[in-house]
Amino acid sequence: MSAEAPAAASRVDFARAFKDAAVAALLAFGLFLPLIGFETVQNIRNELVLETRWPLLFNFVALVTAAHLFGSLVVTPWRERRALARRRAEATPSQAPSWLGRLGRRLCYAIGLGVCFIGVVNFGSDLTEIIDFIGAPSAGAGFTVLAALLLTGFLIGVGYVFMRFGSGGAAAAGHLIGPAGVGFLVVFPVVALLGAGWGGAVKWIDNFGIQILIYVMLGLGLNIVVGLAGLLDLGYVAFYAVGAYSYALLAKTFGFSFWILLPLAGILAALWGVMLGFPVLRLRGDYLAIVTLAFGEIIRLVLINWVPVTNGYAGIGGIPRPTFFGIPFNASDQGFAAMLGLEFSPVYRIIFLYYVILGLVLLTAYVTMRLRRLPIGRAWEALREDEIACRSLGINTTNTKLTAFALGATFGGLAGSFFATRQGFISPESFSFMESALILSIVVLGGMGSQVGVGIAAIAMIGGTEFLRELDFLKAIFGSAFDPTQYRMLIFGSALVLIMIWKPRGLIATREPSAVFKEKKIISGSLVKEGRG
Amino acid sequence: MTHAIADRLLVVEHLTMRFGGLLAVNDLSFAAGRGDITALIGPNGAGKTTVFNCITGFYKPTEGRLALAHGSPALFDALDALTDRGERSLRRGDGALFLLERMPEYLVTKRAKVARTFQNIRLFPGLTVFENLLVAQHNMLMVASGFTFLGILWPFAYGRAEKAAVAKATLWLEKTGLTERADDPAGELPYGAQRRLEIARAMCTDPVLLCLDEPAAGLNPREKAALGELLLSIRGDHATSILLIEHDMSVVMEISDHVIVLDYGTKIADGTPDAIRNDPKVIAAYLGVEDEEVAKVEAEVGL
Repeated sequence: MSAEAPAAASRVDFARAFKDAAVAALLAFGLFLPLIGFETVQNIRNELVLETRWPLLFNFVALVTAAHLFGSLVVTPWRERRALARRRAEATPSQAPSWLGRLGRRLCYAIGLGVCFIGVVNFGSDLTEIIDFIGAPSAGAGFTVLAALLLTGFLIGVGYVFMRFGSGGAAAAGHLIGPAGVGFLVVFPVVALLGAGWGGAVKWIDNFGIQILIYVMLGLGLNIVVGLAGLLDLGYVAFYAVGAYSYALLAKTFGFSFWILLPLAGILAALWGVMLGFPVLRLRGDYLAIVTLAFGEIIRLVLINWVPVTNGYAGIGGIPRPTFFGIPFNASDQGFAAMLGLEFSPVYRIIFLYYVILGLVLLTAYVTMRLRRLPIGRAWEALREDEIACRSLGINTTNTKLTAFALGATFGGLAGSFFATRQGFISPESFSFMESALILSIVVLGGMGSQVGVGIAAIAMIGGTEFLRELDFLKAIFGSAFDPTQYRMLIFGSALVLIMIWKPRGLIATREPSAVFKEKKIISGSLVKEGRG
Repeated sequence: MTHAIADRLLVVEHLTMRFGGLLAVNDLSFAAGRGDITALIGPNGAGKTTVFNCITGFYKPTEGRLALAHGSPALFDALDALTDRGERSLRRGDGALFLLERMPEYLVTKRAKVARTFQNIRLFPGLTVFENLLVAQHNMLMVASGFTFLGILWPFAYGRAEKAAVAKATLWLEKTGLTERADDPAGELPYGAQRRLEIARAMCTDPVLLCLDEPAAGLNPREKAALGELLLSIRGDHATSILLIEHDMSVVMEISDHVIVLDYGTKIADGTPDAIRNDPKVIAAYLGVEDEEVAKVEAEVGL
């Protein structure tokens, strides 16, 4: 590395940056002038008149120019500096952390200590004060204590992660990220209640928490089929539908409880998984994708047309709601709130549902993690890498594929029956191809085979679409006539395209080995095959 | 013409394989001895890999019988009776007799214990070297993990079998000199190491017969010498017989006990390496002959 290179890299060419930005502005102006600058509207006499929207056009062009300038003045030099720093770090491997790094670490340590302290003080402080703070309508003291305990535990946990990071750097804290994430999921309802109060928390726990966790569960299930076994399945929603309708029909007809029907729905979905698996065993790649797509559509069309059983388009309503092991969540005297001496609130049921789906997600994640370390999981991954080699090693690829389909379907079915009990109403519209595509994009965006990736992608995709409903601030830029919710899907789609350009193998593009001989090395995604079915 | 073998492991009789109008293997019969390294050689397109695919169950032969015996070669006496009964295999005492043409490819490895490698290497490139060796022990580990159910419910039951699997993988890592790279993805290994890993992976299935399709292709002279030693040690230390397709004559002549030569799907020679080296038909098939001598050589070889 020569001495001039850093100087050359760190010098920003302002003249060039502005020239490029001017060109971009000109292009944007030319492009947006007919699209945005002019608008035809009907006036009172029903005549079509041309109107101009100069301020809006100006804003668009200004946005493009600013983005271009930001790219060439800030992002590019930053990337060059980073690349340079990495090369330097490789040249001198054992480098003491810079003063900034040391300061950062000390700061982290201090923050960690502080958070731990807050956690302990928080719990130690008068619990009635917390009750007042939540504004709980005379909530049971037991629940408040439980909530405070959870929160304290979580705060101490977060503080510990920060302290570990402060003392040992990223390497020491890396493996704590997963447990910290799970810890956050456990205390999430408490945080939502504290942050949004009893009225606002429903939206956060239901629309964000439960909704995202359902998709995490579906993503983890499909991840077994697509990510591990490498079988492209475009009809995964079929198993979701089988689970939901199994629960709805059996619960309404026979009155079985949720906890009996949950495993039953899983088993029924697994049977359907095997039924789909058999005919497609000989198919690979695109052909497999088409047949699974057709399978998903067949299930949906049967649900629509078999009116005597499924009630067709009208769907099934009045599906029994889950009970707290027999105690219903209603306002009656035998209800959950009354039994525990609490004032009735719909939030209890939402929180209960949240913990049910969280439990299901953790079960799915645990089983998948365990399976990856068992021979069947390794055989799935081997199947994705090279099917012929698998057969040459005495692996029965038929059974291996079928177990992948069956297990993926089981988790889809469990999620489906949860969906039915949460909604109370299901109809074929909930199980369109769009859902399959969404679940598949969660798996692909997360990085095929990665469980953490699926979690992050589900948060980004489901949370992202929910979050994009709240874009009113854009009106400040584009004028009050601009309706941001109409652009929701456009923004979301572009974001997906950008992410896939930036990370073509998904957000977590590396594979963690399932068995370690001496030292764990992360495998680059470029070596891992995507599977052809 | 057939080389006399006292202790037969594999007997191939009247093997014929047609692909539409193409006769890839024509009425081939040979035997491979237990504890021998048997080489199958011949010019490109002679049908060697087709023979391999028939033996390992990847192709169903058009005609012919492929029999493999575990234990005593006396089992071959029951061969005709087994063929007539229409069954796949026969167990007698601690020995067994298999009709390979009746078995799907995964059972050929799982039950008849015939392992193979491929001409164009087929590893699991995204799995580590160590994982590749564990996948090869799938069937043993599957039983030990209670077909997965036990493995999920009671994680400790599976420990002993896993330990045995790790020990076997460790042994083959050492034998092939891949211990240092055990945790690297297989796709990152250099070509020669990938060839060795494929052999190690095949050996982890505990085969009685190891079928190697051009194991020396693309290796440098030093790697070729090391390969020869590895194959001799597999034969010597592990009671595994070897069937070998190879173009490199230095490897073939040095380590083989028995050589079979194919040309256009037909066997043209069968014997010890020395006999093959001096066989005029083999020389003609490999080198061709001058135009003027075609008639003379054809008369000599009986065409």
